[in-house]
Amino acid sequence: MLTFMASDSEEEVCDERTSLMSAESPTPRSCQDGRQGLEDGESAAQWRSQESEEDHEDEDPDRYVCSGVPGRPPGLEEELTLKYGAKHVIMLFVPVTLCMIVVVATIKSVRFYTEKNGQLIYTPFSEDTPSVGRRLLNSVLNTLIMISVIVTMTIFLVVLYKYRCYKFIHGWLIMSSLMLLFLFTYIYLGEVLKTYNVAMDYPTLFLTVWNFGAVGMVCIHWKGPLVLQQAYLIMISALMALVFIKYLPEWSAWVILGAISVYDLVAVLCPKGPLRMLVETAQERNEPIFPALIYSSAMVWTVGMAKLDPSSQGALQLPYDPEMEDSYDSFGEPSYPDVFEPPLPGYPGEELEEEEERGVKLGLGDFIFYSVLVGKAAATGSGDWNTTLACFVAILIGLCLTLLLLAVFKKALPALPISITFGLIFYFSTDNLVRPFMDTLASHQLYI
Amino acid sequence: MTAAVFFGCAFIAFGPALALYIFTISTEPLRIIFLIVGAFFWLVSLLFSSLIWFMTTTLTDNKDEPREKYLLIFGVLISVLIQEMFRFAYYKLLKKASEGLKTINPYEEAPSMRLLAYVSGLGFGIMSGIFSFVNTLSDSLGPGTVGIHGDPPQFFLNSAFMTLVITLLHVFWGIVFFDGCAKKKWYTLLVVVLSHLLVSALTFISPHYGLNLVLAYIIMVLTGVWAFFVSGGSCRSLKLCLLCQDKDFLLFNQRAR
Repeated sequence: MLTFMASDSEEEVCDERTSLMSAESPTPRSCQDGRQGLEDGESAAQWRSQESEEDHEDEDPDRYVCSGVPGRPPGLEEELTLKYGAKHVIMLFVPVTLCMIVVVATIKSVRFYTEKNGQLIYTPFSEDTPSVGRRLLNSVLNTLIMISVIVTMTIFLVVLYKYRCYKFIHGWLIMSSLMLLFLFTYIYLGEVLKTYNVAMDYPTLFLTVWNFGAVGMVCIHWKGPLVLQQAYLIMISALMALVFIKYLPEWSAWVILGAISVYDLVAVLCPKGPLRMLVETAQERNEPIFPALIYSSAMVWTVGMAKLDPSSQGALQLPYDPEMEDSYDSFGEPSYPDVFEPPLPGYPGEELEEEEERGVKLGLGDFIFYSVLVGKAAATGSGDWNTTLACFVAILIGLCLTLLLLAVFKKALPALPISITFGLIFYFSTDNLVRPFMDTLASHQLYI
Repeated sequence: MTAAVFFGCAFIAFGPALALYIFTISTEPLRIIFLIVGAFFWLVSLLFSSLIWFMTTTLTDNKDEPREKYLLIFGVLISVLIQEMFRFAYYKLLKKASEGLKTINPYEEAPSMRLLAYVSGLGFGIMSGIFSFVNTLSDSLGPGTVGIHGDPPQFFLNSAFMTLVITLLHVFWGIVFFDGCAKKKWYTLLVVVLSHLLVSALTFISPHYGLNLVLAYIIMVLTGVWAFFVSGGSCRSLKLCLLCQDKDFLLFNQRAR
């Protein structure tokens, strides 16, 4: 049996980060209570934007995004609404797809992650029994243990956050990212090199892993370019997903996926759910999100004094502006809103009057569990790509629907339930129904 | 089989679809979403048709070969009908979505129905092509010799070309189908269904690759021409486009100066 010493920190990484959040602007000019500040890394999905006037919201209650930039005529706001909606969906599709591609590519090529080599201590019951009933019972028990561990961790985190033990949380997160960025990367690199039979000496290996890990720690926990931070978050989600795929037994993995989406639903939507409490506490305190637990797809626009600056529209990723740091608390959050645009040289009349950030944030736990589902579909099932692709499309559609609901309800939403449900349905039906049909068709060369 | 076969067949089968995606779809986020939803609809239609086929094969569970072949043919025909039903369902969904988009923001141009017809056809085509061919493609990377027992050795090439033709046909069928639905010309729908059935039925004579492929390509060219005229093209506009005298090209050239 393999045990992980600091696994609790990985659990940390995967449990709360299970929902969508929308980015907020750092300048606290929001007019609504609770629509200000920054979401923490919990399962809060809010389609909030820099709201500076409420009147615009009242006019268009069914808009995707409440845009309230002063000086912008209402027609222009509405015109931009849907474009933002679709753009944000794509801004989340891309990282989710990238994470899944990394996981599937690794699973299909590196045999280490599909070999059975022990189990986590969180899933102590083995599935090696011949009887189906016993196996099912063992997987349900494994799931109960795993989910209770996750619930305990989440409640512990909420308690710590409520009593402002920020240093403890910060230390916990740093420990878990250290482990992911150094230990798991080292193991992953070792296995990839073994698979392709490439030799690497220890000094080079040390240098590579050290650079990768150190830059990752800096980017995630401190300051760094947004793209680099996003890339590191995708990589650590993929590494975590690979660990789960390797160490969770077959049936337990599927039952755990189902159970965690139910837990996510309950924890985010119930009034006394831990994640909801965490979100509300963070909103009351107007504090930024925990670092390293949320993926932000921030885009920044700079609006000039009198007119909209057309050249600043779109995703401008600029290096972090250190001036904004002082408006944040002791976390010194880099992950949120990290990009600001200095006044453009070509527009002398404009001033940096208002920064507006619109983006969606997705918890890392969502990335991890989506990738676990697709990776498991790629690992089991006799080399069948159809199942993997079907799960992939199902998860993307689920994400799309969740974002649509986010635009409609404008509050924190769990990102796991719809996608995981679709993913599970499509996995089992494609594996058992579609695969024999398509295989028979392909062998007879019939086309439908 | 070699990497050359793998890459060659992959680009034959998916090259045009990839090019269409890169140049027309990937620039606009809304189109990407509609493409993926179209792919999803095709997937669901495949699910239902596999379910029906699976039920029929498990219910009539005897192992004689002809019976299995007949059931497979039945499965293919049912699948074609279900795919076209789902294409109609997607049309209905897109019409509602279009109206919804217009009410939400009347200032912004929602994509036109013709564009959505193209995007949905491409979604269906890409998903259909991928599902038909990707397993064969991944097998072509592994060891083995095709045709060692007397089967034709051009298995992969034939599959690749067939996949290409099906993908492009779905694009054209989508355009024609949506136009028929919009203008309430129900005979168009019937023609699309019949041509789809014909193309699938042609694959039943699979050992005779030449006939099968040539007829499928002829049908594709005819459907393509029909789709071109349906979506508003004409001989004159085609001539202007080819001679680089069309309006867009001229405007683009002026802007560059």
